[in-house]
Amino acid sequence: METRRSFPLSKEGTVSALPFRESFQRWLYKEGSAYAFLSMYALLFIVFIVVPVLAAFLLSFTFFDAIQPPQFIGLNNYISLVTQDDTFMKYVLSNTIQFAVIVGPGGYALAFLLAWMLAQLPRIPRTIFALILYSPSMTAGVAMAVVWKTLFSGDQTGYLNSFLMGLNLLREPIQWLQSPQYLMPIMIVVTLWSSMGIGFLAMLAGILEISPELYEAAAMDGMSSRWQEIFYITIPSMKPQMLFGAVMAIVGTFQAGAIGVTLSGANPTPQYAGQLIVNHIEDYGFLRYEMGYAAAVSVVLLLMVLFFSRVATRLFSSET
Amino acid sequence: MMKKKKWYSRYTGIRNRGINPQGFHVSQIKFYVILVPLAVFMLLPIIFIFSNAFKPPDELFAFPPRFFVVNPTTKNFTDLFAKLSTSGIPVSRYLFNSIAITIVTVLASILVSSMAAYALSKKRFKLKKTLFAINNVALMFVPIAVTIPRFLVIERLNLLNTFWVHILPVLAMPVGLFLLKQFIDSIPDEVLEAAQIDGASDWWIYWRIILPMIRPALATIAILTFQAAWNNADISTLYINDESLRTLAFYLSTLTATTTATTTANTVAGQGIAAAAALIMFLPNLIIFIFLQRQVMSTMSYSGLK
Repeated sequence: METRRSFPLSKEGTVSALPFRESFQRWLYKEGSAYAFLSMYALLFIVFIVVPVLAAFLLSFTFFDAIQPPQFIGLNNYISLVTQDDTFMKYVLSNTIQFAVIVGPGGYALAFLLAWMLAQLPRIPRTIFALILYSPSMTAGVAMAVVWKTLFSGDQTGYLNSFLMGLNLLREPIQWLQSPQYLMPIMIVVTLWSSMGIGFLAMLAGILEISPELYEAAAMDGMSSRWQEIFYITIPSMKPQMLFGAVMAIVGTFQAGAIGVTLSGANPTPQYAGQLIVNHIEDYGFLRYEMGYAAAVSVVLLLMVLFFSRVATRLFSSET
Repeated sequence: MMKKKKWYSRYTGIRNRGINPQGFHVSQIKFYVILVPLAVFMLLPIIFIFSNAFKPPDELFAFPPRFFVVNPTTKNFTDLFAKLSTSGIPVSRYLFNSIAITIVTVLASILVSSMAAYALSKKRFKLKKTLFAINNVALMFVPIAVTIPRFLVIERLNLLNTFWVHILPVLAMPVGLFLLKQFIDSIPDEVLEAAQIDGASDWWIYWRIILPMIRPALATIAILTFQAAWNNADISTLYINDESLRTLAFYLSTLTATTTATTTANTVAGQGIAAAAALIMFLPNLIIFIFLQRQVMSTMSYSGLK
């Protein structure tokens, strides 16, 4: 039997008094189309971002070899990560920190300074320089592997070896990508090279948006040094872009972790010299099939990104 | 009587100093001194892709190696397209896959992200702020960290070895939604209200008002998605076993994997092919960015994260 109630929908505040079906219809009328527009993105977001993150979190408390169902082992993965995983403590963590500190804040400061310089050039040279600086970030890792391997090739036909030997700076060719000593510096240079991405463009746009009157006012108040101008006017006036750039820099730094394996062609990298946390996850997950353990390392990585992003938010939040 | 200005006065006055100048000024020289060498350094690897791709075999072999090509040839490209991969798939198939996947991904991404951004920016509903905050947290998401659980999800959904596995994971792009939402925020509500009074439906407003007004932001999303899809070799490696569904980026990664092992004559010949493929990978990125850079810059002014 169909029950029809045709009382007019009442004003705000009485929604809870209505029967479920009516209130659902009301909700559908008011908010339904918003959710309809959101639905496709939300579905993909849940399936490919939320669920994997939750799954990583849950798996990190289990022993899971991809064949038998996961067994709950509590915090054991985290405990062995800290106490038993020598590779992690000795190489991976220190490498990741070294890499992240130079590429993250270093690349970020570089991006800001470059954006600041570009902003003081006329439009046409500025566009050309921005294009040149941005273009490395468009290159694919796989495409550039071809280039790096040729440039840093280990024998005397390698371009860098040949160049340095021609200048008499080197006697013997160096195995650039296979020697623990040089792999990390090369990884850092290569990553910095390709780090002027979307965050850099955001900061450039941010600097250009700042109203010239602010600078004029400051000049009248007697501000004379460029550094004062940067710290008291430029950065405070573009905090939102600075924060966006910082988040992009942090994510990019940790995302770039695969570079060591790409360059040296091996996981683990020679004597773990270029082993970063991302490679460690892959090593355990796909080479040793210890998925639970790999998941614990993933959770640590995600927490690191979150932590650094929090720090950046503290620094650049416009709400304080 | 006005004093005659020196010819260089327009380059030393106050007018072209500071941010966003109209023309040249002596104070800019110091920036050029820093930027020009840096730009040359940044460009070297890219020039090298171009140069190597057109080198004939004897120049690839040459000792001492020469950076620039002397007698350019298109042999590497004809070799590349005449070549079959180790499993018998012609290279043109990989290229076709890459093009098809990239086109579908870019179009789908524009549609999916802009619809969601419209809702988050202009619609009124309770969870609006919360959902946007969740997306902002997801800006910090590092996909590479959850490769394994993602694999398990994709396996469960029976997406392994399908065309769709190339596309669907790339579509959930928090940066894209964020940039679009910020851009739509700049459209005044009055415009939409006027349309609503005239009886326009939500879909009509989205399609006829929002989309045309946010073209610069759409161009930016298109570029970001293009880079994510076109350069992607991981999906082919992780989720695809069927060789005929893999992409050009993947094929290129197999070429470089073989050039690492030893430096025999064979791998030097392979270098020419790899360089040609690398150029084909890079060029579309560059061309699209050159055409759309103005739109990208205007979108980036709304990129602030509060």
